[in-house]
Amino acid sequence: MSAAKIPDISKYLTRLPHIWCSGCGNGIVVGAMLRSLEKLNLEQSQVAVVSGIGCSGRAGTYLNLCGFQPTHGRALAFATGVKLGNPKLHVIVLAGDGDTLSIGGNHFIHACRRNIDVTLVLFNNSSYGMTGGQHAPTTPEGYKTTTTPYGNIDGNFDAVDLAKSSGATYIARSTIYHASQLSDLIAKGISHKGFSVIEAMTICPTQYGRMNKLGGAVEMMETLRKDAVSAKKAAGMDTDALKEKLLTGELYVKEGATEYTEAVQNVIAKAQKRRAQ
Amino acid sequence: MKRNDSIRVWTGNDACAEGAIAAGVNFFAGYPITPASEISEVLARRLPEEGRTFVQMEDEIASLSSVVGASFTGMKAMTATSGPGFSLMQENLGFAIEAEIPCVIVDVQRVGPASGVATHPSQGDIMQARWGTHGDHPIIALAPYSVRETYDLTIRAVNLAEKYRSPVLLLSDAVIGHMSENMVVPASDEIEIINRTKPKVSPEEYKPYLAVGGEVPPMASYGDGYIWHTTGIIHDETGFPCTSNPNMIDFQVRRLHDKIAFNRDDIVTVDMRQMDDAEIAVVAMGSVARSAVKAVKMARDRGIKAGLIRLVTIWPFPDEEIIQYTSQLKAFVVPELNLGQIQGQLRQTVEGRTKIVGVNRIDSKLITPEQILESIQNEVKA
Repeated sequence: MSAAKIPDISKYLTRLPHIWCSGCGNGIVVGAMLRSLEKLNLEQSQVAVVSGIGCSGRAGTYLNLCGFQPTHGRALAFATGVKLGNPKLHVIVLAGDGDTLSIGGNHFIHACRRNIDVTLVLFNNSSYGMTGGQHAPTTPEGYKTTTTPYGNIDGNFDAVDLAKSSGATYIARSTIYHASQLSDLIAKGISHKGFSVIEAMTICPTQYGRMNKLGGAVEMMETLRKDAVSAKKAAGMDTDALKEKLLTGELYVKEGATEYTEAVQNVIAKAQKRRAQ
Repeated sequence: MKRNDSIRVWTGNDACAEGAIAAGVNFFAGYPITPASEISEVLARRLPEEGRTFVQMEDEIASLSSVVGASFTGMKAMTATSGPGFSLMQENLGFAIEAEIPCVIVDVQRVGPASGVATHPSQGDIMQARWGTHGDHPIIALAPYSVRETYDLTIRAVNLAEKYRSPVLLLSDAVIGHMSENMVVPASDEIEIINRTKPKVSPEEYKPYLAVGGEVPPMASYGDGYIWHTTGIIHDETGFPCTSNPNMIDFQVRRLHDKIAFNRDDIVTVDMRQMDDAEIAVVAMGSVARSAVKAVKMARDRGIKAGLIRLVTIWPFPDEEIIQYTSQLKAFVVPELNLGQIQGQLRQTVEGRTKIVGVNRIDSKLITPEQILESIQNEVKA
C-alpha cells in the first residue's frame, strides 16, 4: 500500500504522546483500529470505545471518541450495557489478553454467547505488561515471566477456540506485522452484525521478550511474520506443518444469527403484543 | 362501593420493581439471589411491556457493569441484589462514584457474613454500603420500612441518582422485601421525576466534570453528539487522568464529597415521631423501625416520654437532625439487626453527650417491640 492511500487518522487522536515503551505493538493495533473507522466512514460521535485496564487499556485515553476505562476485566460487560442502552452506537472494546481471558474470562464467554453487536479488539502480548510482565492465560507452557521464573506450568487458552465454542459469530486473527490485514479484519468485525473478536497478536519486548530472549521489537515482529499462516493457505497444509503456526485472517464467520439487541427488541414486541390482547 | 383501582397488595420487592417503572427506569440488569430475585422476575415481565430493557447478566459484577454502561447512553439504570452480590459489586460501585454515573443498586439485606442465612433479614450491610468500595468516597443510601415506602424510595433513589450524578443505594431487607401490604399506587402526575442535567454548551466546549463546590456537572449521553471520555483513574474536568497533579487530585476527590455534602439537606430525610418532649429516643430503620413504632407507643401508654427517630436516609448520616436532641435526652436506644453499625456512627455523631444503648440481634430473627420497650424502660429507671 502506498503512503497516499493510508487513511488520515489524526482526527481520532488526542493527548499524545502515549506512555507505551519503545518497541511496544499497541500503537500499531490502535492505528489499525482507527484506520478501520476511517475506512468505514463512521460518524465520530457514534462510536463508543470501552477499554480494559493494562497497557492496551490505556489506548482509550488517546482517542478523540466517546469512551471510558472502567474496572479491570469488565470492559465487555460495560460495553454490553452501552450497546443495549443505545443500539445505534458502534461499540468497540479494546482490552488485553489478561484482562479479557483471565479476570474477564466469564464476561468474554458470555458476550460471545449473547452475540451482542460489539467488536472486541483483543491485544495479545502473551503476558501482563503494565504490572511488570506476569504470566497470563495466554502464556505458553514453559515460558518465563516474573511470576513463572521456572517456566509456566499453566496451560494456555486459544482465544479463537474459546470464542468459537462460546458463540461469537465473527472471529479473526492478525498480527502487528500484518497491520493492513489487521485493519481490514477490524473493519469487517465492526460491520458484522453480532459479536466479533479480532485477536491482534502483539509484542512486549520490554518484559516478555526480554525474559524469554526473544530479541528486540524487530526480531519479535519477524517471528510474528514467520509464524503467521493465513487461513486460506493453511487449508492446503498438513497438520504437522501447522504446529507452532499462527492462523490468521477470518477464522470463523456465521451470518444470520440473531443479534442480542434485536433479540431484546423481539422480547419487547412479544410482551407488548401479549399485553394488548 | 366503587372499586379503587389504585390499591394493590404488593410485596416490598414488587413495590420496588413497580417503583422503578414509575421512576422511569428503562434498563435493569440483575443476577438471581435470595431474597432479591423477585425484583428481577417482576421486571423481566414488566419492563418489556413498557418497551424497556431487562437483561440477566452472568454475575453481579456484570450486572452493575452493564447498568453503568447503559447509564452512559442516558438510560435510567438499576440493579438489585443481596449481601453476597453487593460485595461483588463494590469495585464497580467505586467506578460509578468516581466517574459520576447515575445508577441505583437495591440491596435486599440478608444475614451475613458470607452466605449467611439467605432467607432471613439483616441490617448487616450498613457499613458496607458506606465503606465497601475502596478509597475515600461519598455515598447516598436510603432504607424503606414499608411496602409503600419501598415504592416511594425506589423513585427517590432514581431521582437522587439523576440529580447528583451518583450511584444511590436502596437498603431493603428480607422482611421488607418479602412481606405483603396493601398500598395506594399514586397517579403518575403525583410522582416527581427528576432527569439528569444535560449540557447547555456546544460539544466543542463541553467538559464532563466542570464543576465547583456542590455543583453537579451536566452529563451528555453517548450518541448525543458530545464526544467525551472518562476513566476510573482520578481525572480532571476533561475526564482525562491527572495523576501527576496532586492539587488536581485533591480538588477532584474533595469535589465528589462536596457534591453530596453541600446538598445533604436535600438528600437527608428523617421521620421524627413524638420527639418534642422525648426523654428516650429510639433510632431505627427498615424492618426494625416497625417494631420501634410499636415500642414507642407501648412506652407512651405507660407514661414514658419516648420518641422515634426513623432514619430514612442512612448515608449521608442525619447527624444534624439528631444532634439537636442530645441535651433533652436521657438516652438513645438503637435497635438494629446487626451488632451496632448505626450505633457506632451515632456515637461518632453524639460525641459522648448522650448515653447510647443498643438492642441487637443477629440470630436471623426480628427484634420485637417488647425487647425495645424493655430497653427503654431500663433507661428511664437508670
